[in-house]
Amino acid sequence: MIEPNPKGEVWIFAEQEDERLSETVLELCGKARELADKLGVKVGAVLAGWNVRELSYLLIAHGVDNVYYVHDTRLEYYRTQPYARTVCELIERHHPQIVLFGATALGRDLAPRIASEMRAGLTADCTDLQIGSYTDAKTKTDYHNLLHQIRPAFGGNIIATIINYDRWPQMATVREGVMRLEEGNPQRSGKIIEEKIEFSDFDMAIKLIERHREKKKVNLKAARMIVAGGGGVGSKANFKLIHELAGVLGAAVGASRAAIDSGFIGKEHQIGQTGTTVRPALYIACGISGAVQHRAGMEESAKIIAINWDKEAPIFGVAHYGIVGDLAKVIPMMIKAIRARG
Amino acid sequence: MGYDTIVCVKQVPDTGNITGEAMKADGTVNRAALPAIFNPEDLHALEAALELRERFGGTVTVLTMGPMGACEVLRDCLYRGADRAVLVSDRRAAASDTLATSYILSQAVKKIGRYDVVFCGRQAIDGDTAQVGPQMAEKLGIPQITYFEKLIDIAGQTIRIRRNVGNGWEILEGKLPILATVIDTANEPRAPAAKRAMRFKRARCRGEIIADVAKDLPQADAPAKQAEADKRAEAARKDGVAIEQWDLDDLKADLKWCGVSGSPTKVHRVQSIVLTKEGFTSIAPTEEGVSKMIHELIVDRTLG
Repeated sequence: MIEPNPKGEVWIFAEQEDERLSETVLELCGKARELADKLGVKVGAVLAGWNVRELSYLLIAHGVDNVYYVHDTRLEYYRTQPYARTVCELIERHHPQIVLFGATALGRDLAPRIASEMRAGLTADCTDLQIGSYTDAKTKTDYHNLLHQIRPAFGGNIIATIINYDRWPQMATVREGVMRLEEGNPQRSGKIIEEKIEFSDFDMAIKLIERHREKKKVNLKAARMIVAGGGGVGSKANFKLIHELAGVLGAAVGASRAAIDSGFIGKEHQIGQTGTTVRPALYIACGISGAVQHRAGMEESAKIIAINWDKEAPIFGVAHYGIVGDLAKVIPMMIKAIRARG
Repeated sequence: MGYDTIVCVKQVPDTGNITGEAMKADGTVNRAALPAIFNPEDLHALEAALELRERFGGTVTVLTMGPMGACEVLRDCLYRGADRAVLVSDRRAAASDTLATSYILSQAVKKIGRYDVVFCGRQAIDGDTAQVGPQMAEKLGIPQITYFEKLIDIAGQTIRIRRNVGNGWEILEGKLPILATVIDTANEPRAPAAKRAMRFKRARCRGEIIADVAKDLPQADAPAKQAEADKRAEAARKDGVAIEQWDLDDLKADLKWCGVSGSPTKVHRVQSIVLTKEGFTSIAPTEEGVSKMIHELIVDRTLG
């Protein structure tokens, strides 16, 4: 634990694998920049690995001022303990006030280990971060310039704002795909600071024996348009309509949990709290009722079209265009209209 | 020989099946609208422990923290095959965040003493944080392996585990003891066994026995109630159907790290989800309606 340090930097953990930054990292850069500008402090990034110095320039282009780079063969592949040791040690050296991680499989493994060692607070899976105040109800003490850590809880039925005023750094993991990805500026300048970390035998206790990575076949996050089907599509045969509409638009195919549970399509297409969070330019929800868990993954889409039999379906509450009707009739009409344009 | 395991389980509100408003008018969570269930991934953690015992021998101890009602999930564990059940219950543990919770549970693990593997579900559905497992591992000073999907090998003090990281998997090797968090693709949890359910439906923690006695002997004075409770507790112990109940003093927990004072995160504000509705256009399910909508989307460059 470090003492509250209002001059401390805003840090991000620059998750990388196979010499590539994870997609969330650049989203975090933009958010960290915004928070740091409000606080009048610098943005720092912890970059650890083997021969990944080049990635520093991408971080700097996206708003990082100081890259703390740890170059060590023992960090080539991620393992919890040496990475936790690295981040804890750097926190002790530089006293950042905020440390952000992507809420990825790796970030959700690493951040709690660090928070526990630092005895600091950690909020999981934030969907927004802001700078704000807090008044302690008991002591009537006012705290300013705190990190407001905003996240859904209780299965997405409520939104909670969490703060941590005394045991710093203020730490959070941030859900993938919810922060806007800002364009980088290659002209920006920043510093690369090389750091050395000592590891104990315990830090190295877990050995990586074998490792396998799959190429991502479905890239929902990068899609400009998504056509998604839900349980209301009714059958696997009907789900072909979803693929057809997506094909005509050049869109990706998404699905709600109900569609996946019914076996209409594979899990890698799932959008929502347990699947992927997306914010495409256009989201077409077909036969999706719009449970909170699903809405949490798509409601930030720029335009939403909802097609559903049930005019009371909650999906209409977040839609810009609502069509109450039979999707087996409406989708072919849409395909026809799209083909007819210009 | 064999391996001794401790499984951390949690009773959670069923957030997937909300039967009413999730929030009361005063802004607090309406627990009545949320039936209590066994946290789904913890069932997979229990199954992993039971499978390990079946193959190599050893014991399975289940551990939970919560109010007395949480004995429900402990009994469920006993029905499914757990050897021993421990409830940590203490008002001073209320309002613990994940850090304080992991401290208290790690103290309970230390009190249980001998163990080779601590199994936890990856995360609980009420918070979805996935933090308590890794934080316990840190407090116990042991390695963690998250997203346990398969036991590859265990021999002597060396264990090999395959973990699923979403876009792939890896096999890790470590020396016992370790803590593993288990995901739902790891196994198929067994159903409660009827015979065991018959036997363990009587399993009670001390607090439940006291409540039973108060109900059964409403007229008795305090010493008589006490004597009856002692008698029943002793009988349960002899019978092997006692759920051990520990408070923070039993755990020699430092109160500074428990409950509110042990929790760095504070809830500043809670809001019920309100659907936002702006610029909503209802489109008729006709050729004309649909083509008008597509035209609008072309004009505003959504379809470009």
